[in-house]
Amino acid sequence: MLSFIARRVGLLIPTFFGITLLTFALIRMIPGDPVEVMMGERKVDPEMHAQAMERLGLNKPLYMQYLDYIGDLAQGDLGESLRTRTSVWKEFTTLFPATLELAFAALIIAGTLGVLAGVVAALKRGSLFDHGVMGISLVGYSMPIFWWGLILIMFFSVGLGWTPVSGRIDLLYDVQPVTGFMLIDTLLSDEEGAFLDALHHMILPAIVLATIPLAVIARMTRSAMLEVLREDYVRTARAKGLSPNRVVFVHGLRNALIPVLTVFGLQIGTLLAGAVLTETIFSWPGIGKWLIESIGARDYPVVQNGILLVACLVILVNFTVDILYGLANPRIRHQR
Amino acid sequence: MSSIETLPAAEPTAYYPSPLREFWSAFKRNKGALGGLIFMLMLVVCALFASVLAPYNPTEQFRDFLLTPPAWQEGGTSQFLLGTDELGRDMLSRLVHGARLSLLIGLASVVFSLVPGILLGLLAGFSPTRLGPFIMRLMDIMLALPSLLLAVAIVAILGPGLINTIFAIAIVSLPSYVRLTRAAVMTELNRDYVTASRLAGAGTLRLMFISVLPNCMAPLIVQATLSFSSAILDAAALGFLGLGVQPPTPEWGTMLASARDYIERAWWVVSLPGLAILLSVLAINLLGDGLRDALDPKLKNAA
Repeated sequence: MLSFIARRVGLLIPTFFGITLLTFALIRMIPGDPVEVMMGERKVDPEMHAQAMERLGLNKPLYMQYLDYIGDLAQGDLGESLRTRTSVWKEFTTLFPATLELAFAALIIAGTLGVLAGVVAALKRGSLFDHGVMGISLVGYSMPIFWWGLILIMFFSVGLGWTPVSGRIDLLYDVQPVTGFMLIDTLLSDEEGAFLDALHHMILPAIVLATIPLAVIARMTRSAMLEVLREDYVRTARAKGLSPNRVVFVHGLRNALIPVLTVFGLQIGTLLAGAVLTETIFSWPGIGKWLIESIGARDYPVVQNGILLVACLVILVNFTVDILYGLANPRIRHQR
Repeated sequence: MSSIETLPAAEPTAYYPSPLREFWSAFKRNKGALGGLIFMLMLVVCALFASVLAPYNPTEQFRDFLLTPPAWQEGGTSQFLLGTDELGRDMLSRLVHGARLSLLIGLASVVFSLVPGILLGLLAGFSPTRLGPFIMRLMDIMLALPSLLLAVAIVAILGPGLINTIFAIAIVSLPSYVRLTRAAVMTELNRDYVTASRLAGAGTLRLMFISVLPNCMAPLIVQATLSFSSAILDAAALGFLGLGVQPPTPEWGTMLASARDYIERAWWVVSLPGLAILLSVLAINLLGDGLRDALDPKLKNAA
């Protein structure tokens, strides 16, 4: 097992450096003069221009610039936002819990409903329910989620007035950020009704973000379950006279969940990409909205290192899924 | 007795239908895929003859008809079947022209990622010790970023616009082609027919393109349809974020971005472009599922 982990870590390092190369290259691929682009409309006099080049280290040879960049990263220096003058790391850590909370909520919805629908569809193969689940999940899988969000807002927020249109919580409430998770913070605070309000704010974005993973997980669970139910050990379990529920959930589902778990892990990337769109629609103050706004404002340090941070996050999640997968399935562990 | 004697005389093709016919008979049994195909054909017709089919110029503004509802609703006029948007432009014309744009982006980005993807995949498959690992590592890095985010990053640097959207989406979908081609090449390389043609003196290029590649096409065709639909989705998402095709070009996602402000009073401005995206993507996905089942029966239940 240790050598398996070591091998995976070995693969992690070149990937990490590759990502830094990518984000390093990104900012240097800006067409035209980077200083002029960063200054925007204003006219830059040559002396200030030279100073800015000096300050940004852009007058050095490329490999030196890259080494400087890596050096800064190694010291935990991710630069500061051109707009707010706060460090990128600080902005990321204050906004990240909002994204994480939303992603968690979406994963819980997608995981429970998806697995449940998939199992029932597999058990009732060919039934109306099965066709319904498969049809709906195909639609969900094809859904442009930014449009889906608008439609939900149109029905539930504007039409029925059930949920608020944007944000995490009503401005009336003064909730101290303790964990960064609004649902937990509102419970900890003594503000009356704050928890329910936060829940109301969260429900639509969470549904929107959950849509695609839900569809994928339902399809995956169904096909994995169908595969497993054909196995000999399931027949043996049935022949032994175990109750149908025990056969399905203990013998069947447990084995069917292995591929589903991988898909679950792979959906983290989809979730983060979906968060960009969902947060933009619902004005949810997370890292997705932050990145898009920074791009709009040409705040390059934020764009560059924000993308780096998100990429590292995805790599780490995939790494964890890999390790868990190895733990769950010895055949993977001993490959090659 | 006579009937038995005539049997061996039958054409061998009567027993083995041509691959194309076999594919078609498997494909047409799938009703969803057939529906997807029909919808796609309609979309292609819309795209090809947009300027004939659309009643108006998509950017023409009718100042007296701002936000007119669709014809069947109260206040609508038969002049504008699907209503008009906030600048008085005909929705139907814009949607029809949008089909042209979406298909163009989808097609162009599939071609621009399929061709280099196949080449890189072949190289990686044929050179498993040197070039292969390097290429694959590179692809892993690209896969580490969620596709939309990578596309956003690329467009953020290059600037928004049609060409850059195509470019960004092509880059984003490259890794899956490379991985798929490489995996297919690796399995094919162990087959006897490859050894045979090697022994017969076939050069590497001949092996690559004439012996091996045609046998790797099935998964690639399926992947091409699936990435076609995700290209349309990503292009629309970029347009929605204001990073894709710029207004007043009638791109479906871009149309939605400007529709957000009218969510309270003009449902058609918000619903119709998204419905167009959803239906096209759904049709292509149905088509892709049908293709997969017909081309490669082994994959039938693999989600």
